[in-house]
Amino acid sequence: MTGEAISARGLTRRFGAKVAVDHIDLDIPAGRIYGFLGPNGSGKSTTLRMLCGLLTPSEGHAEVFGLSVEKDAESIRRRLGYMPQKFSLWDDLTVEENLRFIGRMYGLGAELTPRIEEQLKTYWLESLRAQRAGSMSGGQRQRLALAAATLHAPELLLLDEPTSAVDPQSRRDFWERLFALAEDGATILVSTHYMDEAERCHGLAILADGKIVIEGSPRELMDRVGADVLEVEGAESTEAVSALRALPWVHGVTQLGVRLRVLADRGTSDPAAKLLDVLGKLGIRAKIEATHPSLEDVFVVATRGRNGGTEKAA
Amino acid sequence: MSAAPGGGGRFVAAWRRLIAVASKEVRQLARDRPTFGMIVGVPLMQITLFGFAINFDVRHLATAVFDEANSSMSREFVSQLEATQVLQVVSRPASSSEVDALLREGRVSVGVVIPADFERRLAGNTRSVAQILVDGSQPTLTGVAAALAEMPPLSRHGMGPFSGDQRLVPRRIEIRTLYNPEKRTAVQIVPALIGVILTMTMVVFTASAIVRERERGNLELLIATPLGRLELMVGKLLPYVVIGLIQVTLILIAGRLLFGVPVVGSIFDLYGAALMFIAATLGLGLFVSTLAQTQFQAFQFAFLTMLPSILLSGFMFPFEGMPKAAQWIAQVLPLTHFNVIIRGVMLRGAALPEVWPQLAKLAVFLTIMLTIAVLRFKKRLD
Repeated sequence: MTGEAISARGLTRRFGAKVAVDHIDLDIPAGRIYGFLGPNGSGKSTTLRMLCGLLTPSEGHAEVFGLSVEKDAESIRRRLGYMPQKFSLWDDLTVEENLRFIGRMYGLGAELTPRIEEQLKTYWLESLRAQRAGSMSGGQRQRLALAAATLHAPELLLLDEPTSAVDPQSRRDFWERLFALAEDGATILVSTHYMDEAERCHGLAILADGKIVIEGSPRELMDRVGADVLEVEGAESTEAVSALRALPWVHGVTQLGVRLRVLADRGTSDPAAKLLDVLGKLGIRAKIEATHPSLEDVFVVATRGRNGGTEKAA
Repeated sequence: MSAAPGGGGRFVAAWRRLIAVASKEVRQLARDRPTFGMIVGVPLMQITLFGFAINFDVRHLATAVFDEANSSMSREFVSQLEATQVLQVVSRPASSSEVDALLREGRVSVGVVIPADFERRLAGNTRSVAQILVDGSQPTLTGVAAALAEMPPLSRHGMGPFSGDQRLVPRRIEIRTLYNPEKRTAVQIVPALIGVILTMTMVVFTASAIVRERERGNLELLIATPLGRLELMVGKLLPYVVIGLIQVTLILIAGRLLFGVPVVGSIFDLYGAALMFIAATLGLGLFVSTLAQTQFQAFQFAFLTMLPSILLSGFMFPFEGMPKAAQWIAQVLPLTHFNVIIRGVMLRGAALPEVWPQLAKLAVFLTIMLTIAVLRFKKRLD
């Protein structure tokens, strides 16, 4: 697989006066796992829905496999698997019946029965085949939803926050499946608000207020972050935290147990000394150590810049 | 992918998806016990309710008779009136003003005044032979005068109807008991019930069947598949056509067993007419489904269409007696036309070509509803 699976230019969607997606450009190569990271309401779901033809763009255009999402929605649908945020299979049908129905929607004929068996095995659903979807756990439903979305072996998978109602072990298993699918050549576009999941993607776009704030591989993004990360120990009082947050060159302060994680702007010289100075005036004696930026730090810096200094992210 | 490129292959693929949607619907219906119960329960409950409890027949009305003629012929006339069981003579006042008084006081519902020259009037052709005064303040009683006009001595003599007292009975009432000689309500009610029950169940079922998919989020997944909107709509409706026909059969059987209501016309014509009406009602349900966002709203919309159907279609009250505005509204309701068709086929033995104007109106209604519904139902979320 070569070339772009998805490309978009100036993709925009408005709901009344509200701009849900604001002039997004995308170039997502085939055969990769690409993530949309962003808080609720940042435009992740709306973008995914435009890409699979569920919503019409208000402005701009997007192509999937070189086909227009507006004009060729029907042909794109056959090559695409979509997993909505909400469990959308039928609660009153069994696992097997749900899969059979979806398979028939995609026109699978004689190959359907062996394919269902294969999917039941792959997604550990064999023992649940006669169980109704409504009585299954979050993790089981999610496996069923993915089995249904991949039943017709789509070239592109659009997954909208697929792990939001799932326990940590199921999330790990789920990601293993995604990598296996990507290895088989599928392109996967997944939206999430989990940092650890975003970090596993090949490519990543951070969204805020309907715009792509920053884009690249997780490693690149962490290297490129425009801030020094300092860990402050012994200054966990509320007073100290608000004093540090008030500093104009501090992007964010996160408390991790007894330590504070402070993001200081790159433009500031010797931020550690300045922090010690501020804390010293409050009568606090703290220990400061520089550390590596995490994806969360990238997220905080990127979304803070957008929102004009307000602590809106995450 | 296995989607065939040719036109024929495309049709087969669409047909397969449609059947898949229909069989999914049947499977879900079979598991939805309350709904399944409604399919059978509603017709049986309604036919019992309307057939036994509601009785539009008027019997044993308290009557005052002032027989000024007091001849053998007038006495025979009074006894024939009583023999119909519609009237029961409870008072024989000595003057017509006493009859008026009894009516005003509400002690009797009907007054009969036979003039002294009864025989002469009967022989002549111009003047009314007797006066029947009916208490017009009671709506069901206004039909009585018409019923009495059917009296054998008068028909035999080729007489016109009685002249009613203008003050009490505002207008002449049509005689419509030709095909129901015993004047039994059940005979009129059972054919009309077919339409009423189908209206009640079909609109609610189809509207909620489609809205349910939207409400539960299934639609978002469905429209991301190659399923076309027409395939989805027709596939969803197909099971309800069959359910509608099952309901018709239930009503016919119950009508026959419980009330001895016959089917005079052809059974094929009857089912043909029912099929046309079911299609029209499903079209309405489909249209409702494009308006409603939740099942609750769908029920409300369905109810909104149901009430005028029952009240204005001629099921409850005679169509001709309604004000013009109500008649115009009734023209829009499929039930109005179906009532004409089904009464014709079931009771008068009419063949479908004889009721073609009504069939045509149903077809127009169906076409309009389907067009609006398909246009409104976008295969997108926005």
